[in-house]
Formats: sequence, structure tokens, C-alpha cells
Amino acid sequence: MTRLIVGPFNRVEGDLEVKLDIADGAVNEARVVSVLYRGFERILDGKPPFDALVYAPRICGICSVSQSVAAAKALADAMGLEPPPSGRHAVNLIHAAENVADHLTHFYLFFMPDFARAIYAGEPWHADIAERFTAIKGTAAQDVLPARAQFMHILGILAGKWPHTLSVQPGGSTRAIAANETARLAGILAAFRRFLERTLYGDRLERVSELSSVEALESWAAEKPPENSDFRRFLHVSRALELEKLGAFSGPCMSYGAYAYDDGYLFARGVLEDGKVSPLDTGAIAEDLSHAWYAAADAPQLPYDGETRPDADNPDGYTWCKAPRLGGRVVEVGALARQAVNGHPLVRELIARAGGSNVHARVVARVMEIARVVMAMEQWVEAIEPGEPFIRHGAMPDMAQGFGLTEAARGSLGHWAKVRNGVIENYQIIAPTTWNFSPRDSAGTPGALEQALKGAPVRAGEREPVAVQHIVRSFDPCLVCTVH
Amino acid sequence: MTLPQTDRPKVRLLWLQSGGCGGCTLSLIGAEGPDLITSFEAAGIEVLWHPALSEKSGSEVTDLLQAIVEGRETVDILCLEGSVMRGPNGTGRFHMLSGTGRPVMEWLSELAAKAAYVVAVGSCAAYGGITAAGANHVEACGLAYDGNKPGGLLGGDFRSGAGFPVINVAGCPIHPDWLTEALHRIAAGRFTHEDLDEWERPLAYTMHLVHHGCARNEFYEFKASAEKLCDLGCMMENLGCKGTQARADCNRRAWNGAGSCLDGNYPCINCTAPGFEEPGHTFTQTPKISGIPVGLPTDMPKAWFVALASLSKAATPARLRENAVADHLARPPVDKQKKRK
Repeated sequence: MTRLIVGPFNRVEGDLEVKLDIADGAVNEARVVSVLYRGFERILDGKPPFDALVYAPRICGICSVSQSVAAAKALADAMGLEPPPSGRHAVNLIHAAENVADHLTHFYLFFMPDFARAIYAGEPWHADIAERFTAIKGTAAQDVLPARAQFMHILGILAGKWPHTLSVQPGGSTRAIAANETARLAGILAAFRRFLERTLYGDRLERVSELSSVEALESWAAEKPPENSDFRRFLHVSRALELEKLGAFSGPCMSYGAYAYDDGYLFARGVLEDGKVSPLDTGAIAEDLSHAWYAAADAPQLPYDGETRPDADNPDGYTWCKAPRLGGRVVEVGALARQAVNGHPLVRELIARAGGSNVHARVVARVMEIARVVMAMEQWVEAIEPGEPFIRHGAMPDMAQGFGLTEAARGSLGHWAKVRNGVIENYQIIAPTTWNFSPRDSAGTPGALEQALKGAPVRAGEREPVAVQHIVRSFDPCLVCTVH
Repeated sequence: MTLPQTDRPKVRLLWLQSGGCGGCTLSLIGAEGPDLITSFEAAGIEVLWHPALSEKSGSEVTDLLQAIVEGRETVDILCLEGSVMRGPNGTGRFHMLSGTGRPVMEWLSELAAKAAYVVAVGSCAAYGGITAAGANHVEACGLAYDGNKPGGLLGGDFRSGAGFPVINVAGCPIHPDWLTEALHRIAAGRFTHEDLDEWERPLAYTMHLVHHGCARNEFYEFKASAEKLCDLGCMMENLGCKGTQARADCNRRAWNGAGSCLDGNYPCINCTAPGFEEPGHTFTQTPKISGIPVGLPTDMPKAWFVALASLSKAATPARLRENAVADHLARPPVDKQKKRK
């Protein structure tokens, strides 16, 4: 048995270390260490409730709007406030722009560059992938950065700036949209659609979003050579490296529901296990502190009453990440979970075939989600009624509590706020990567990534096993959120 | 005239992150005209390592850091994004650099001593920023400031290899251009002490007030004030806007191609200033004494402000009075030659 400590783990958002026990050329046990503590929940103690809208987005530079949306929803819940329809469309557009940009950033800048590594130099596909995806120097970065930046003009118009907007409020959006601005938004989306169709997919968004089985995906990929589009390139490499056999997690998938409408969500809320979706019981969410560097609680904490008291000397602790559990169970969150819960037949089949989620399925679900969300964005722009209100205003009661659940690009995000005597008495945040990268709980059950790393192959002499890199990054982790 | 040298050695840039959100990097990769990669190329900058952009991972990175500390590799520009985490009790254990078992603040001290220039990217790295808010139980500080007090990790007297203090590209987040322009000038060896303001921020962008170019200037002139977040009027009187005091050119260059905080209908919170994270009042409410805002426009005597404000309020045209409290422009300007039906 040998032990490897891998870090700093880059091309994830934030700092991460992974401790691996290796035997017979494979990972036997993994411990995932979030090495930074930031303390936002303590910062918010005693603050005026609306100040959460300034602090919360600054938890994270990549899921900034998601943090704003969760905070705004928690405050709205405490105030009993609902945004007007155009305000809801505006906030959905702001949120979708961030989530789609994050998916793009992840695929092009964080995930794919690992296949350009020298370790794959002998593979027949390597020369093309290296030219396209080598970090900083590859042609893909030159294509995607301008396309992403222009797409984010949506946020300049709707949100003033990104990251860290203050336009997302409990009652909607501060920024009413004029008729000519809907024309600009539609134009920006058309330009982005062209980038996706030419460069990422090599096909119409409609066609990609309708691929409904593994067979359909494979025959679609085979229609053209891998060099035709970046998604086809990934599918080709994934097949060659058998990425569906890497990073298995066989537990439930959870989604809080993404992009709220009056009557529900674009992507449904629920928990998927063994092919069946059950309703989410939000009362079953609790955080276990047994293996984290916090003053120990006797039992898992319900978020309204959760405490954050750092204790770097907790003898059983090995990370600043708490261990959230749903009814005591480890769940996986993210684009894969979101699409699977929503009933995407291809994603469901990918999970069923492999007996759980895996690197291949996570990336396919993420890339395919981009098409669906951008098509929805086009409809939301159409649905905006210039001249209608975009926000409702309300007052915060002196005593109140509320929670807000949403979906960041990388999974389920929740804020729980208690207000007492007009100020925040307690504020608890459970971020997506807190779910996926959680440590062991008091029953000794490892978190989702820790389970997914078990069995990962380690080649002789590897100090940073490349399989481990693929598995870790397949979750699109955000460590700065994790250690808020 | 001589042709530009094309074989000039690359300027070597190393980027570390600590107690922050990564938002300055995310803002930076949104650079436009040109994009970030082109901007680095134009400046002759070689990225030794950046946590979000580089291939190197794990020991490939720690080996590089060690080589720099031991003088086997050189670094021209060291960038830090995020606060320095000194807690708990000065140990730095709130952020140990992964794979090394050592506090990031120790690495930073050793690396800063080897760098020709040290750049604090964002208000966290410059002054402590958001991470230092509240009771600051994490003991967050900037590289050369602890809030508005000189000190921080390296001390107020710190000078980098090229003889510069820490260059504070403050903002929460930075505008991409603030950094790419500063890096270009630094890499060209043309950045001077005169290019810095009193908080060691590049004057190129702090020469301006956020007020400059604000689309609400006409409302400001007539003190036609917004009352709620979404109103189009000036946000100084009621909604906590610090644009008349804040130092940045946010309304003179677009954020994300199109916006600014003010254009987003929410107030400037003065995020380029040390201590912005604890304003002492709700961010979106203006503190007042006897009805007069506590924070007056920069360089403006109070008596003049009060006199001018009452005069201009009395003269506010109906168009501005009406539009100031609307969320869509309700009343267009009137042309004397021809009336709109």
C-alpha cells in the first residue's frame, strides 16, 4: 500500500487536495481535503438581512449569480414575496447565462486540457486534441474566450456586471428591460447559438437536444469525423479511454429544480434512485460534522440551526467541508443529476447501463444541457414584456425565517436564513460541491467523490494519476463555494 | 526608427489564489478587445502557472514554487488573488497550500521576496476585502494592508525586486482591463511610481470617479432621486450609492460589453476602496444626518453641496421628477420645434 497526496489541484474552482491509498495499481481509499476555510456564515451573523445580497454572491466568483438567487429566494421566502413574470424571466436569463458560461468554461478550460497531457502522447487522437485543447496554447481557448465574453453581454445588459451583481433581488430584478434591449438579447443569443452549432456540436441545437438514447448518440457521433466538432472530439476520446468505467457513483442523484416558472421548473426537482424519481424531502437535509474541522455537534445539524465553529484541532477532522446528507444518505448533484431527475432518456440510460454515474455520463449530460438551456433562453427573451414590472418590493419582518433552493451549474445550492430583531441570527449555506466532495460521516460512509475515486487506475510511477484528475474534474467542483 | 524586438525574453508571471472567490480570474477571462490569451501574448507574458488556466497540477506545481524560492527559477510578476489567511491565531491553518502541508501565507512571503513585481489582484488581496468582513475571525488581510492600515502580510514598507510596493489592482471583482493594462505596462518596464495612487492602485482607473460617465448624471444634477431599487433616478440620496466618491472608471468602460452597477439599477458600493466590506450601514441605504447624506461628493464642501442641492431640487424639471421614480423611462425630452403626439 502506498499513499499519494495530490495537490494543488488546479483547473477546479478553488484549492483542493486528494489523499489516496493505492494498492495493486488502483486507488483503494480516497480522502478529499478542502484546504481553505473562509467563514461567510459567520460574516453574515448580525448583518441587516438585505446585506446578504451583497455578501452572498462574493462567496463564489464562478457561481456568483447562483448564490444571489439562493439568497434572494431565502429572503423572499421569509418575506412571502413572489417576483412578477417578467422579473422571473429576467432572473432566469441571468442565472442561465452564468450556468451556461460555467459549463463552457468547465469543458474547454478545465476538463479537456487533461487529454492533451504528454502521458497520452502515444494515442492516435492525441495530436489533434493537443493542438485543440492544450492549456492556454490550444486553439480552443482562442475560440471559446471571445464567444463566451460576447455571450456574457447578456449579463452586462440584465445584471450590470458579472460576477457579483446586485440586480437579483427577492422580488425579481432591479433592471427593467426595454423593447430594444430584448432585440439585443436575441441577437447575442443568435451569435452564441452559431458558435455552439459550428464549434461545440457541429449540428443544430434542436438535433442535439433530441438525442434520446445511447445508440442515437453514438450514431450521431459517427456521422462525421471527430474533428468536426468539440463534442464529437470528446465522445471519441471518451470511447477510446472508456471513461464510462471511471469515477462510478451508484447512490441517488438529487436536483432542487432549476429555473422556476409559476407552475414548476424547467428542470424538475426530485431524487432519482434505481430509475425512479421520488419527491425531495427538504426536511431530510442535514450536515454531519464528524470528519470536518469544526467543533463537533452531537448529531447531524438541520440547516436552520446549523453552526459553523471552526476547530482545526478536531482529531477526526480532515477537511473544511461539512458532510451534507439527505436522510443520512450520500447523494450526487450536478448537471448529470439534474438531467437524470428531469427524465432525460439518454442520461438515464447512461446511468442505468453503467450501474451509476461516471466520468463519461457527467460530461455528456453537462454538454447536452447547454443546448437545452440556450433554447429555453431564447423563449424567455421572447416572453419578456417590456413595460411590465420586473420587481416587487416588500419589507422584512423583524422575526422571520426562509430558505432558498436553486441549481448552480455544478449542482444543488441552498441557503437557510433566520432573522431575529431585524438582523440575521443564523445563515447556513450548503453548496453543490459540499455534497459531492463531502468527507466521511459519523457512520464512516465516504462522500460521493471519495466513493467515485475507489478503483481508479494508477499507472506505475504516476505522481498525479491522470485518471484521478479526470474523475475529480468530471464533477466540475467549486471549492470556494464548498468552504464558504 | 528601429523595429520592435521580437526575441525579447518572456515576462514570467505566477498567479496564486488564497482567501477569495476566484471572481477576479473569472472576470479576467471575460477580457475583450482583445481576449486574455491575446492580451498576454501582446504583453510578452508567459504564464508560469495560473490555477484556472494551466495544465500543471500537484507536484509539477509545488516543484516550480520550490524552485523559485530556491532561486533555480525566476518570477517577474507574482499575482495574488484572494485575501491572505492568517487565522486561526496567526498560524495560517485556514489555508494550507494543498500538497505541501504549509500555510499559503508562508509560501507568499518567500515567493514575494523573489518577484520583481508583486500585484494584488482584487480588493481581497490588496486590503483584505470581503473575506475580512464581520469580526474577521479568519484574520484575513491584504498583501501590504490590513484594511486601511499599512501592514498586512508583507508590511507597508515592502518593496519588490524592481523597487515597487505591492501594486493593488483593487475591485470586487476587477474589471479585466484594469489588470491587463497594468500588466502590459509592467511587462514593458514602463510602469512607474507616478502611475500609482495613494493606496498604490493604478491611477489609470482610479483617476476617475464612478460618477464620471454615469448615465444618471442629469438626475444627480437636479437631485431627482430614486426611492426604490429599480428606479432610474440618482441613487446617492436614498439608496447608498457612493459613485460620487468611489474611485474607478466603471461608467467610462463597459462591464461585460454593456453595463455597470449603476446601469444595472443598483448602487455603487465603492468596492475599490479599503474597508468597503464594512460600510457601517446597510449597503443599499444612504446614512443621513438631518436629512443630508453623510458621504458627500469627493472634493465638494458641505455648505456648497447643501446650497446647490436645495437650489437644483427646486428647479427639477417634471420629466426628471417623473422618470426618477420610474423603472422604465416614462417621459421623453421635449423638442421645442415639434411636439410629440
